[in-house]
Amino acid sequence: MSENNSWVGRAVGVGGAQRSGTDIDLDEVSVRELNATLQALQPETNRSIWRVLNPAGRHALAVGMGAPANVELEGNVGYFCGGMNKQARISIEGNAGQGVGENMMSGLIHVRGDASQCAGATGRGGLLLIEGNAGARCGISMKGIDIVVKGEIGHLSAFMAQTGRLVVFGDAGDALGDSLYEARLYVRGKVESLGADCVEKEMRDEHRAELFTLIEKAGEAHAVDVSEFRRYGSARSLYNFHIDNAGAY
Amino acid sequence: MCGIVGLFIKSAHLRPELGGMLAAMTSTLCSRGPDSAGFAVYTAEIPGLVKLTLTSDVAGFDAGTLGDALSRAIGVTRSVVSRHTHAVVTVPADRLTHARKWLADHAAHIRVVSEGVGLEIYKDVGYPDDVARAFEIGDIEGTHGIAHTRMATESAVTTNGAHPFSTGRDQCLVHNGSLSNHASLRRELVRDGVAIETQNDSEVAAGYLTRELRRGRTLGQSLESSLSDLDGFFTFVVGTRTGFGVLRDPIACKPAVIAETIDYVGFASEYRSLTCLPGIARARVFEPKPATPYFWEHQG
Repeated sequence: MSENNSWVGRAVGVGGAQRSGTDIDLDEVSVRELNATLQALQPETNRSIWRVLNPAGRHALAVGMGAPANVELEGNVGYFCGGMNKQARISIEGNAGQGVGENMMSGLIHVRGDASQCAGATGRGGLLLIEGNAGARCGISMKGIDIVVKGEIGHLSAFMAQTGRLVVFGDAGDALGDSLYEARLYVRGKVESLGADCVEKEMRDEHRAELFTLIEKAGEAHAVDVSEFRRYGSARSLYNFHIDNAGAY
Repeated sequence: MCGIVGLFIKSAHLRPELGGMLAAMTSTLCSRGPDSAGFAVYTAEIPGLVKLTLTSDVAGFDAGTLGDALSRAIGVTRSVVSRHTHAVVTVPADRLTHARKWLADHAAHIRVVSEGVGLEIYKDVGYPDDVARAFEIGDIEGTHGIAHTRMATESAVTTNGAHPFSTGRDQCLVHNGSLSNHASLRRELVRDGVAIETQNDSEVAAGYLTRELRRGRTLGQSLESSLSDLDGFFTFVVGTRTGFGVLRDPIACKPAVIAETIDYVGFASEYRSLTCLPGIARARVFEPKPATPYFWEHQG
């Protein structure tokens, strides 16, 4: 069972009286110290629960982690939270600024509020789960990450998206999937417009199964129906140079 | 880069805090624009009076002496309040033309930074925190205001080139971004009688809105048409006598976040700049949509 599959619709981290974790208060500790501490964790660490207090929109929190620890950020965060994450499960109890989960490799980033633009940009693996809306350019140039957005996404999302899956419960803004490669996009709501070379595609059983798995990981298996989604992908007409287009260059 | 801020006070009890809140919000954005800073504040209006915010190209000009000479010349009681390198001269509305002509004729070194019933503008080169301290922005009471921290791209780092720009009475604008058709648009605006004083692209955006408002358009309509007439990328915050508006270009590459509570609407380039506001944890926080004008106004 993959790391993501082991997390099915339950809250990140351990709550209640049993929790034994470490609190880091960013009003007292610098971002640099926080990140150095988290980055130094080894894969076999038993210090696996971290709670970060007063994030106050600071940038670059919990970036570059490489151990399967749980990090709970107790508030809104700034740019690039959880960037380059490997294995860690990062929960943001608020909104995230630009580039949350940028280039993440694996693990989980769970945004309880909204995410700003470029959420999951260039991400290579893992799951980015956004409870609220995501802004423009969500999943831009994604390369294998899975992104599930329970609200809406902004314009130019999945621009040049290469692989991975983007699931949107709400609407998508203008130019969805412009210059798309092989990422698969599932949108339940209205798509404002499709970008160049992005087309609606048939939803076959394998796609329904794949979508169900992602919805299940988002904790909504029995609340959201796969049949309400449409699938979008690349028409693959921009992959190769066409002599007919020579005049356009 | 550049950092921009706007604050619209809804609950009167926060009006004494306007300057302090603006300065605190701006302080967080020093790293986005360490070159210069500026603050536009809408303070108490006195019926029949207009405020001119003045500064001088000559270091250490004596606002008191200037105010004496001006008030003698136009036959009114002197009203001058100095703040650092700027001074606010208040004149009766019916003596305003006279006052401006006297300044142009007798004090060529004086520049009028703003004219308004409510508006005062304070801006200078320097690290934003230092600029705010020098002008004692924290002491200013008012209904709304906008501010800017500048990382210069399109024109020199001078007091003139600092934001906010004001090209019309009680109008001002701060800008994060860069406009590419400012040269041609500037010529057009000058032909249309809009006074533009610098080579700065953002001043052209301010001038554009002034022209459109003069033509009888609403601020909403003017912001809307700027989407097709201004070429470039921008997040604008504009101030008017009654409120402030926000507009992002259709691509929305420049950041913007708004927090609204029952007491205020706060705008900033980054969320961290809003964390100093009271009750922020309970505020409705959202990003303004691209190509969509937002506006908040005081009634009456």
